Amino acid sequence: MSDQTTGTLTDAHEGGNRLYFVVWGVLLVLTAVEVLLAYVQAFSVGGMLSILMVLSLVKAVLIIAYFMHLRFERSTLVWSLVPAVVVIALLAVFFPDGVRALELAVRQP
Amino acid sequence: MADRANAITMVADDWSGGVHPYAISHKKLGMWLFILSDSLTFSALLVGYSYVRVAARVWPTPFHFLPSVVTATLMTLVLLSSSLTMVMAVGAAKQGDRKKTTRYLLLTILFGLAFVVLHLNEWMGLIREGMRLSSNPWGSPLFGATFFSLTGLHMTHVISGVIYLGFVASNFSRGRSKPDDVEVSGLYWHFVDLVWMFIFPLVYLLSVKG
Repeated sequence: MSDQTTGTLTDAHEGGNRLYFVVWGVLLVLTAVEVLLAYVQAFSVGGMLSILMVLSLVKAVLIIAYFMHLRFERSTLVWSLVPAVVVIALLAVFFPDGVRALELAVRQP
Repeated sequence: MADRANAITMVADDWSGGVHPYAISHKKLGMWLFILSDSLTFSALLVGYSYVRVAARVWPTPFHFLPSVVTATLMTLVLLSSSLTMVMAVGAAKQGDRKKTTRYLLLTILFGLAFVVLHLNEWMGLIREGMRLSSNPWGSPLFGATFFSLTGLHMTHVISGVIYLGFVASNFSRGRSKPDDVEVSGLYWHFVDLVWMFIFPLVYLLSVKG
C-alpha cells in the first residue's frame, strides 16, 4: 500500500513547479477580472453576484485540484468529498425566506 | 460485462478491509475530514451573511474602492502567493531538501502575517468610522455582527495556520517530522486561502461604495 502512496505523489510532483506557477498566474488573472468588474460597476448586484460566484468557483476548483493536490489523488477520495458540496448547496433553501422577511418588513408602518 | 465484474471486484477489494481505500496516510485523511467540517462552518457563516443582506432594507456598502478594495485585493494577492510558496515547500520536502523547505515555510508564514496586519488595519479603519458589532452609521445593524464574525473566524484560521506552520517548520528543519506532515499542514493552509476566495467577492467586491 505504501508504495502506491509514494507512487502517486512522485507522479504529481514531476510536472514540477512550473505547473504551480501557471495555476497561481491563472488565479491572479481571475482575481484581476473580479476587481475590474467591481471598479467599472457595469452590472446590477444580481448580475455581479452571478459572475463573481462563477469566477470564485473556478478559483476554488483550481486551488483544490492543484494546490490541494486532489486531482492526483484516487477518485475514491474525490467522490467522498462531493456530498459536502451538495450539503452546502442545500443551504440555499433559506434565501426565499430572506426575501419574504424583507416584504414583511416593508409593510410595517 | 467483464469490465463491470472487474470494477465490482476492485471496489470490493478496496472496501473489504486490510487496505487503505484512499491510498493516503491517516494524518492526511484526518485533515481532509477536518476541512470537510470546517467548510460547512464557513458556508453557514457566508450564507448567514448573505441571508441578512437579502433580508435587510438598507445594507451598508462602506468599502471605497480606494483604499478598502485595493487593500483587500492586496490581501488576496498575499494569500495566493502564500499558497504558491506552500506548494513549493511541500515539493522541497518531498525531495528531502530540509533547508529549502524551511525557507519556503518561513516565507509562507511571512505572507500569512502580512495578511493579518493588512486585515487588522482594515478592521481598525472600519471601527474608526463608527462600525460596531451591533451598530454602524450606514444601515442594517446586522452588518457589523456578520462581517466581524465571518472575517474574524477567517483571521483566527490564518493566525492558527501561522502558528501551525511555525511548529511544522521548526520540527522539519531539525528532522523531527516527515514530508507528509508538511503536506498535511499545506492542505490546511490552502483551505484558508480557498475560503478567502469567497469572502473577498461576497463581502468586499459586492459592497463597493457606489
